[in-house]
Amino acid sequence: MTQERPRKNPLHRTRQPLLPPGGRSRKAHLLTAAAAEGRFALPRCGACGTYSWPMVEACPDCLSADITAAEAPSGAVLLSQTSAEVPADPYFRERAPWRVGLVQMDCGPVALVHLHPEPQAGERLRLTLMLDRAGQGVLHAGPENGGDMSTDKQWQEMTADPRGRRVLITDARHVAALPLARKLAAEGAAGIFMGLPESWKPLENRAAFEAVQGLRFVPLDLASDRSVEDLARAIGGKVEILINTADHPRPGGLMAPAAVTHTRACMETVAFGLMRLARSFGPALAGRGADGGEGAPGAVAWVNVLSVFARATSPEMAGYAAAHTAALSLSHSLRAQLGGGGVRLMTVLTGPTEDDWFQLAPQPKVTGKALADAVVGGLMKGLEEVVVGDVARDLMARLAENPKAVERDLAAGRL
Amino acid sequence: MTDVLAMMNSALASGAVRVVDLTHTLTEDFPTIVLPPEFGPSAPVRIEQISRYDAAGPSWYWNNLSFGEHTGTHFDAPAHWFTGRDCPRGTVDTMPVEHMIAPACVIDCAAESTTDDDFLLTRATLNAWEAAHGTIPAGSWVLMRTDWSQRKGAAFANLRADGAHTPGPDAEAIRWLVHERGILGFGTETIGTDAGQGGHFDPPYPAHHYLHGAGRYGLQCLTNLHELPPKGALVMAAPLKVHEGSGSPLRVLALVTGEEERT
Repeated sequence: MTQERPRKNPLHRTRQPLLPPGGRSRKAHLLTAAAAEGRFALPRCGACGTYSWPMVEACPDCLSADITAAEAPSGAVLLSQTSAEVPADPYFRERAPWRVGLVQMDCGPVALVHLHPEPQAGERLRLTLMLDRAGQGVLHAGPENGGDMSTDKQWQEMTADPRGRRVLITDARHVAALPLARKLAAEGAAGIFMGLPESWKPLENRAAFEAVQGLRFVPLDLASDRSVEDLARAIGGKVEILINTADHPRPGGLMAPAAVTHTRACMETVAFGLMRLARSFGPALAGRGADGGEGAPGAVAWVNVLSVFARATSPEMAGYAAAHTAALSLSHSLRAQLGGGGVRLMTVLTGPTEDDWFQLAPQPKVTGKALADAVVGGLMKGLEEVVVGDVARDLMARLAENPKAVERDLAAGRL
Repeated sequence: MTDVLAMMNSALASGAVRVVDLTHTLTEDFPTIVLPPEFGPSAPVRIEQISRYDAAGPSWYWNNLSFGEHTGTHFDAPAHWFTGRDCPRGTVDTMPVEHMIAPACVIDCAAESTTDDDFLLTRATLNAWEAAHGTIPAGSWVLMRTDWSQRKGAAFANLRADGAHTPGPDAEAIRWLVHERGILGFGTETIGTDAGQGGHFDPPYPAHHYLHGAGRYGLQCLTNLHELPPKGALVMAAPLKVHEGSGSPLRVLALVTGEEERT
């Protein structure tokens, strides 16, 4: 936990969010996809194997149009560096000086990159393909051994470090809620609001929650307009990271006797609940994307923790999968709306978790801690898409390869 | 012949007869019955604004309202329980309207329930009440006052690892009330007409079992029972006329004789 977050000067205008230049070609979004998932990829010619930068429409060596974003070695050498003191672009002008470097990549191309404060010309670098505040794939270069990213304002600008930020976790009853709170506290979050639905029901590990420094419970039931609106009225302007863990897993196929009842309840929390959250907390977050100052960073991220069944329907979880599919769809709309404020929406697709609701799912299941580590890790790398657990990763890989085979596998009860 | 309604009218106007509201406000966070999650759950109460003199309706305010039949202060019809499934006129839309106005006997168990969350109303308590106030008349409501309505949230639901702990009648007491006294129904201040642990009684949920099996009614989540005399109040409990409804939230009112009239 960090020291007390510096308070805002109420006489100053809240800085309005600006974004770095965002125009990219359709093809360049192959790099956006890699950056969103945290993969290091570069444009590569399918005919001759030449890497290039930036994205090209044809290979500069052989003129082949077969260009893809391919995994690439991330090593480079710094050729020269400079600092833009008075950039013309309003986004960079506000954040100047901005350090940039010219790098020679091990795999060939020379590129202009965002540069960590430490490296000097001639030194080895490690490149990262990441999303800037406009959601576009850009290159960042840091020291080869990793270096201290907490001192790199440019890195911090493009990631969602919980340090100094106040986090709302929407549902304490999720298996990952307590590990998330602990992890966020350890990473220096300035405070954790822990949503507790139906507070008249017991919370078994309440004492463990209360032992997390800086955590306080807030009443929050995503299935209730009033509850969500009331909380937003109270703390909407004090949340810099929102992690939506609300869920309502109920196993059962389409023909189960109470399928509609259970699915409606699931939709109320998972899908409509997300809409309620978006309506009440979305504008406040998007409006504070450039808020804050030294030690009190502004709003930066929204995380939706969803089931991988949002992508591939398990017939035995029919209604649950439908609700998560709806939430995933809403998630995309929300991303577009938050993006204007430079607030990143990260979707976390998890495999079956280690709790009673997924008792019959095959191992390996995702523990609350593994899920929490993935969420916080994704925030600190500035990701948009995170897949957690071997089951979910395997499912996504198979989906990319042959969706019909996945449908048949799940129909036969094989995950 | 004396005009009874005219007399009632003037009694209400003069305060000789008072109206007591036995109903909780229908709110979204009022606890509802909790069942093991493999069973179908009751929808909670939801009050969702359509418009409030705003862009969605500039001159008018209205809400969408949704709830399970057994939420808030609510009424249980015979068809609610398997034992009452064959009772004629056993649903709220067909039950006789004459049953919607009936006298009430109030059994004060507040002191006992304060010290014992699992307090059970027994024959001994009922015998003592009859010794003081006379035989419980057939066709009357019996209301169990526990002051449980003073509790809020978690204390009201009082859920523990082994389920809810709230007062209620024991099996023999409710069987006797239904079959030996011919009561119209039984009302409580807790979430159910049965005790929180009533599922472990024999028969399970005896109040539901005996009341509804005999075509009688239940009222739960009542409040303000402390404002009623042990005997002499008139209860008006008219559930919504829901097609084949097993119950409904409702406004429960009691008419009581004013203080000055009683003394």
